[in-house]
Amino acid sequence: MARSSLPGRLPRGPFSPDFWRSPLRGTWFTSVLGVVLLFGITVLFVTGLVSYAAYNPDLSPVNDRTPGKGILGFYLFSWPTDPPWLYRLTQGVHVTLGLGLVPVLLAKLWSVLPKLFTLPPARSVTHALERISLLLLVGGALFEFVTGILNIQLDYVFPGSFYPLHFYGAWVFFGAFLAHVVLKAPAAFRNLRRMRRGEDEEPDEDLTAARPDPPTVTRRGALGLVGGGSLLLLATSAGRSFDGPLRRTAVLTPHGGTEPGSGPGAFQVNKTAEYAGIRPDDTTEEAWRLTVTGRTGTVRLSRAELLAMEQHDADLPIACVEGWSTSDQAWRGVRLRDLAALVGHDDPAAVYVESLQAHGTWRDAALSAGQVADERSLLALSVNGADLTPDHGHPARVIVPAAPGVLNTKWVTRLTFGDL
Amino acid sequence: MSDRRSRLGSPFHLLVLLCSFALCAYAGVRLLDGDWLMITVWFVGAALIHDLVLLPLYAAADRALITVTVGRTAWVNHIRVPAALSGLLLLVWFPLITGRVSERYASVAALSADGFAARWLLITAALFAGSAVLFAVRVGRRRPGAGE
Repeated sequence: MARSSLPGRLPRGPFSPDFWRSPLRGTWFTSVLGVVLLFGITVLFVTGLVSYAAYNPDLSPVNDRTPGKGILGFYLFSWPTDPPWLYRLTQGVHVTLGLGLVPVLLAKLWSVLPKLFTLPPARSVTHALERISLLLLVGGALFEFVTGILNIQLDYVFPGSFYPLHFYGAWVFFGAFLAHVVLKAPAAFRNLRRMRRGEDEEPDEDLTAARPDPPTVTRRGALGLVGGGSLLLLATSAGRSFDGPLRRTAVLTPHGGTEPGSGPGAFQVNKTAEYAGIRPDDTTEEAWRLTVTGRTGTVRLSRAELLAMEQHDADLPIACVEGWSTSDQAWRGVRLRDLAALVGHDDPAAVYVESLQAHGTWRDAALSAGQVADERSLLALSVNGADLTPDHGHPARVIVPAAPGVLNTKWVTRLTFGDL
Repeated sequence: MSDRRSRLGSPFHLLVLLCSFALCAYAGVRLLDGDWLMITVWFVGAALIHDLVLLPLYAAADRALITVTVGRTAWVNHIRVPAALSGLLLLVWFPLITGRVSERYASVAALSADGFAARWLLITAALFAGSAVLFAVRVGRRRPGAGE
């Protein structure tokens, strides 16, 4: 008996089998939730790794918030520019699915809580190690969900920068998750098959209440509540990946609801000009110059000179690591590869982009040669038929298909082409 | 021999766990490269606060609900479900709902952060109202002619 203890000293409180009364707990309930999480968390992990690759961290130290990653960056590849909605999709799925899985995770943790209080605390060396692994699993899952959910609400109370915490935390969690899947998934699938055949669930004395209270809800009803919670979170979040009426359905979500301002620039803004510390005096026609450096030297261009160059159009979205995105916006400006050619780079070259923004993260970024070579990659001067607004990067901003939002540098002041 | 084996546990499980710990440790030293104490507090604290504070709190609330509705069990789920859904939304969106990030949200995103609490209350009201209507319909159906 797992719950056996010394004769004459009956366990009390949560350590007593009589403490746990819910008739819902049992292997079937836990197995259903576990299998949902198995698939859901796998998608979260993969889309998270994809997002990490989307920043091209190996391209330049300025793109890399986790320089000590070692072998955890084993899979990195040069991020493509096609399809242009790629990051919008993968990161929208990452964040929106993560929100939808919150009730499933909570229900799963509720369903297995009695196991935390099993006696004796460890039956064997392996059992003791498994319990340590469960601390990494539960702590890791909650750490990842909490840091992610706080970050999308701009509540930066976690101890450090979001990127390394969420990235390394994910790998610690995933290490424990893999072990848990190997050890538990076969039993979970076996349970589901048994139930489908109409047989009784596999007994588990740690989970199933010894003296259950009369039921107030069926197990299916309880699962319905969990699913309903997921649907409610999804229904009030998913709309923030689209413009117009759909965004208005995202009523409790950051960057949901309304668009900022009015007119052609009324679409979502990651950081306003004021927040980024952009001084209006530095962006005037007289004051602002774009410095372009490359193989043949340095060229300084006014905004009028940029407008005199060949102008190109590209319909591209903005997609943020926080999971929100806009629909395609009609950008117009000078191709990055034309600017590269201006300073002697007729072949594709990478570029280091700097902003007028003096402080804060992502005031500079590196783009790969492939990103520069794409003919839709622009130094945009206008959007939706009007000059860029200050919040969208006036006088000029980068826009690259499929790149994470923060790599589309705003208030650009310097482009340096060549080896980074 | 069998005694030693039972003290060790399953060798397969042991092997899986040791592989897992190797990966966790490799990532863990990188995770803790920084304010290691606070990061550990957050990591372990997340599990402890959930298991020993949040979960007992909502379980106690549920127990209290069942106690006060004893004899009227038909009500229980019509209160429990909207309360759970509303609580879930509050749990996820409390930084925006409580207004603790309003100032930053407004200056970063150029959006007003004022409506979140009101919209959460409206959703909560709608959930309870919908649940009450459903309850009335069910009671009406169970007692045909009761309203005549």
